Amino acid sequence: MRVAEAWRVALDALRANRMRSALTMLGVIIGVASVVLLVAIGTGTKQKVEQQVEGLGSNLLLVVPGKLDVGTAPVVSPLDLKDVDAVSRVVGDPGRVAVTIASGATARAGARSDFTTVQGVLETTPTVFTRSLARGRYLTGADVDTSRRVAVLGASVARALFPDRDPLGQQVTLAGVRFRVIGVFNPLGQSLGVDRDDEVHIPVTAAQRLWGTQRIDGIAVKAPDRERIDQLGERIVAELSRRHPDTEFSAVTQQQILGVLGDILGVLTGVLAAIAGISLLVGGVGVSNIMLVSVRERTREIGLRKAVGARPRDIGVQFLLEAVLLTSIGGLTGMALGVGTALLVDAVSPIPAAITWWSLALAFGVSAAVGIVFGVVPAQRAGRLDPVVALRAE
Amino acid sequence: MTVAAIEAVDVSRTYELDGVSVPALRGVSLTIAQGEYVAVIGPSGSGKSTLMHLLGGLDRPTGGRLVIGGRDVATLTAPELATLRNETIGFVFQAFHLLPRTSAVDNVALPLVYRGVGARQRRERAAAMLGRVGLGHRLTHRPNQLSGGEQQRVAIARALVTDPAVLLADEPTGNLDSATGEAVLELLERLNAESGVALVMVTHDPEVAVRARRRIAVRDGLIRSDTVHDRPLSGGDGRPETLDTAPSAEPRSASGSGPGHPSGGSGGATGATGRLPRTGGTGAQAAPGGAG
Ligand SMILES: Nc1ncnc2c1ncn2[C@@H]1O[C@H](COP(=O)(O)OP(=O)(O)O)[C@@H](O)[C@H]1O
Ligand SMILES: [Mg+2]
Repeated sequence: MRVAEAWRVALDALRANRMRSALTMLGVIIGVASVVLLVAIGTGTKQKVEQQVEGLGSNLLLVVPGKLDVGTAPVVSPLDLKDVDAVSRVVGDPGRVAVTIASGATARAGARSDFTTVQGVLETTPTVFTRSLARGRYLTGADVDTSRRVAVLGASVARALFPDRDPLGQQVTLAGVRFRVIGVFNPLGQSLGVDRDDEVHIPVTAAQRLWGTQRIDGIAVKAPDRERIDQLGERIVAELSRRHPDTEFSAVTQQQILGVLGDILGVLTGVLAAIAGISLLVGGVGVSNIMLVSVRERTREIGLRKAVGARPRDIGVQFLLEAVLLTSIGGLTGMALGVGTALLVDAVSPIPAAITWWSLALAFGVSAAVGIVFGVVPAQRAGRLDPVVALRAE
Repeated sequence: MTVAAIEAVDVSRTYELDGVSVPALRGVSLTIAQGEYVAVIGPSGSGKSTLMHLLGGLDRPTGGRLVIGGRDVATLTAPELATLRNETIGFVFQAFHLLPRTSAVDNVALPLVYRGVGARQRRERAAAMLGRVGLGHRLTHRPNQLSGGEQQRVAIARALVTDPAVLLADEPTGNLDSATGEAVLELLERLNAESGVALVMVTHDPEVAVRARRRIAVRDGLIRSDTVHDRPLSGGDGRPETLDTAPSAEPRSASGSGPGHPSGGSGGATGATGRLPRTGGTGAQAAPGGAG
C-alpha cells in the first residue's frame, strides 16, 4: 500500500512538472541513445568483419613471417617460391596452397588510370579463397609457369578503367608493363571502409619480374579438415623455420584472426560506450539537481505526510522512486531513439549497426541505476526533514 | 480508571538558533485525559505551537518526560514515533495543509496510506468521514475548488479518519472569517462530544477559550494557569486569569510518572503559577462546551 502510494505520488509529481521532467530526462535520453547506437555500430561492424573473414573460405591457414600480434612491426619476408614448394609437400596437395606478393601500382588503360593493389598469385587462389569470376577466366598453371602478362581485374578496377567497354581482351599497363585482361571478379564490397574490389591479380612470376624480386609476402593454405588445422600449421612453421633459422613464422587460422579483430573492435566499442556513458553521468547530475529542487518545493507536503504518520523511509522511497522513474522513462525513450537511429544508420549508410538485447538491458539497467545513485541523496534529505520545520516552510 | 492519553512532566524545548539557545518551553507538566476538551491560550510566541508539536510527537522535548499513548517518546525511534502519531494523534493546522491536486477523499485517506490500509477501504472510510464533517457531496473536489471552511473541514476529517485518541488543533480558525470559524469550532466540539476524541485547541481568542471546560494559559514558555470549569464561562472578559485551582478539580498525580512530578522540579516560576495538571475526569463527556 505504501509503495503503491509512493508510485502514485512519484508519477503525479512528474506529470505536474511535465516540461521540467522532460528537460531533466533529456540528459539521460541522449546518454542512453548514444550508448545504444554506438554499441550497435560496434556490434554491427564486428559481425560484418566476422562474415567477411569467414567468407574468405573455410579452414584457412595464413602463414606469414613474424608474429601476428597487435602492435608488432612487420618483418621483411625471406620466403620465395621454393619455400612454397616445401609447404606444398608438407600439405601434400599443391592445389591447397596459395601465395601473394602485393604492391600498390597505377593501372592505366588508354587515358584512364586507377591506383590499385597488384597481387602476384598462383592459379590456386580462387580455390583457397572463395573467389568467383563475373567474366572471362582466371590464371592457369601455364600462365604462372611462363610468367605470362595476363591480369584478372577486381570489379572496381574494371569499372574505373573500362566504364563503357568490355575489359576482356583489353590491355592494361601496370608499372609501365602491358598486361592483357583475361577475367573480371565478382564484386566483394566494402570492409571497414576498404574497397575489396580494388585489386588486380597477375601471375606471381610476372609480379616478381615486374618488381625485380624473388620474394613472396605470405602463403595461405586451405586445410583438408578443421580438426587437424592447428597441427598442420605447426608442421608448416617447423618446415619454414628449418629452412630459415633466423626468422620466426606464424600460422594463423581464421578463428585466431577473428579473435584478434574481435578484441580490437571490442575495446573500440567499449571506449565509445564509455564516452557515451559520460553523458549519462551528466544526465544523472541533472536528475540529482532537479530532485533537490523537488524536495525543496514539496517541503510542506513532506511535513504534512510526516505529521500523519509517514516514516522517514516512506518519504525517502517516494523521492527515490521519482528519481528512478525519471531516469527509467528517460532510459526507455533513449533506447527507442538509439534503436531507431541505429536502424536508420544501418539502412542508409555504409556503417553497419546491429541491436543486441544485452545492450538494451544494460542501457536500461544503467539508467535505472543512475536514478538510484543520483536520487539517493535528495531522497535521504527528504526523509530526514524535521516535520515541524517542514510544515513551516514557505 | 481512565488512562491519560498524553502525559508531559516538566517538559522543555529549547531551539538552537545560530548558537543561541531559544527556550520556547521551560518546564511544562500536564496530562491530557481521554475525551477532554482543552483550550490552550496565550500570546503570540508564548510557546503554544511548540507545545502542540511536542504533545503530538511531531517534535521531541529537550528536557523532561513525555508519554504519548502510554509510550515514552524518548525511547522511540523516528519510525516508531511516526507510527505512534499515525495511530494516536490527529493534527489540524491553521494553514489546512491539504495536498494540492489531490481530491478531498484522497486527502482524508492519506493517514490510512501510512497505516497500510487497502485502497478501497481507505476510500470508504475517508468518504464516510467526509460525510460526518458535512462534505459528503465534495468527495472529488480539489482543495482549490473548496472554500476555506470546507478545506479546514477536510483537514479535520483527515485528522479523525484514523480514529485517534487526541485531536490537536493549532488555531484552526485562524485563517477563517468569524462565521466560518464558528462553524468549524462547532464541528470540532461536536466531534469531541460524539466520538470521545480528546480535543486540544490552541486559540488566541479568549471568547473561544471559554467554551472549553479546561483552559490552559501559556506565557513565556510556561503554563501560567490550568483550570477546569464545570460550565463554560459566559460574558465578562472570559479570561480565566485565576491562578488558583479550579473548583471541581482534584489534583491528580500522573500515572507512571517519576517522582517529583507534582512539585514540578526546576524550570517553572515555582509556586507562583498553577502548574497543576488537571483533568475533567468523568465529567469531560458531559461538558462539550458550547455545542448544541
Ligand atoms: N524552529 C524554531 N527555531 C527557533 N526558534 C523557534 C522555532 N520555533 C519556534 N521558535 C521560538 O519559540 C518561541 C515559541 O514559538 P511558538 O511555539 O511558535 O509560539 P506560539 O505558537 O505561541 O506563537 C518563539 O519565541 C519562537 O520564535
Ligand atoms: Mg503558533
